[in-house]
Amino acid sequence: MNTTALKELLYKMADDALIIGHRNSEWTGIGPMLEEDLAFSSMAQDKIGHALALYKILNELLGEESPDKIAFLRDENKFKCCHLVELPIGEYDFSLIRHFLFDHAEAIRYEMLSHSSFTPLAQLAKKVKGEIKYHTMHADSFLKQLAKGNEESKARMQSALNFAFPYALGIFEKGDNESELIKENIFAGEDELKKQWLQKIRPIIESAGLKLPKVEESAIKYGGRKGFHTEHLKTLLDEMCEVTRLEPTAEW
Amino acid sequence: MSNNQINSLDPRVNRLDLSRLKEGKVHTNTHLITWEVFHLEKRGKQAVHVGVVHAPNPEMALLMAKETFGRRGKTANLWVAKTSNVYTFNMQDEDMFETTPEKTFRDPAAYRVRDRIEAYREKHNL
Repeated sequence: MNTTALKELLYKMADDALIIGHRNSEWTGIGPMLEEDLAFSSMAQDKIGHALALYKILNELLGEESPDKIAFLRDENKFKCCHLVELPIGEYDFSLIRHFLFDHAEAIRYEMLSHSSFTPLAQLAKKVKGEIKYHTMHADSFLKQLAKGNEESKARMQSALNFAFPYALGIFEKGDNESELIKENIFAGEDELKKQWLQKIRPIIESAGLKLPKVEESAIKYGGRKGFHTEHLKTLLDEMCEVTRLEPTAEW
Repeated sequence: MSNNQINSLDPRVNRLDLSRLKEGKVHTNTHLITWEVFHLEKRGKQAVHVGVVHAPNPEMALLMAKETFGRRGKTANLWVAKTSNVYTFNMQDEDMFETTPEKTFRDPAAYRVRDRIEAYREKHNL
């Protein structure tokens, strides 16, 4: 099995999960209402759990550093997350739209990976299936509720969607070894994922009364998968890694 | 800013606009109602009332209940019911139940059947 290609896939998935998990956890304590504060925080924890599971595969089976080291002691340009997950939380409309766009892509990615020739990943995909089902259910309900709330809430959801969409398309940026992944039946590829994602989200968005921006008119935000990031990632990493970096060898 | 304006780090507290309490006006969330939540630990067991969530509709009440009451331990399902659909006695009628604890003859533990079961088993070699 092509380990370079495999690592490329695992790193981008794990980094996406870690960074969006960290971002969403920034809502803890200031969510719009108590119950939603709990729900959004729990889902953020789930994402960080997904990151840990993927870093463990990298560490235990592919000879990479320990999960803590990977998460907290890498330089910014070693991270392979997409720009969508790096953006600040903004207002709740943006955070919800990001959650909707990202989690549907994540759900389909894991669904595709449940048939992966790389067994540990196929097993993980089966394990997290139920968890992610709740995440997309939550996102769909909030999208529908707010898009059909009143004029202001609808307008805000639409403008958040318009803003987030070109970033969301950046999820599907291919790595250098994409063709190897497809050839070895590890992962069916970003194009296939993007196709299924659009098929999935379009009817949900349209039935909520919103308009999905056109893919061909979107200035897609690429670069994350190659280690080029928005200015927001460094700020996030400085904060997230602050304590670990003070004393990298400390035992917790 | 008036004297009783609370400037909290928690935006939910600020949104309440508590300075208007004196005028008898507080912000209320008219689109949110309360839902009673029942937790089913295992298929076949009885659902147990665990608390309340705020939500605009049953779908979102279930979503909120899942993380509020189902995020620890085991869960097979959750039920939600509008609080307004729950009917109760008046609390002043609690005296109807006052003497019930004395009626131990209604408590299955009061029956001494264990001896008879043992005797039956012995007799029939069970």
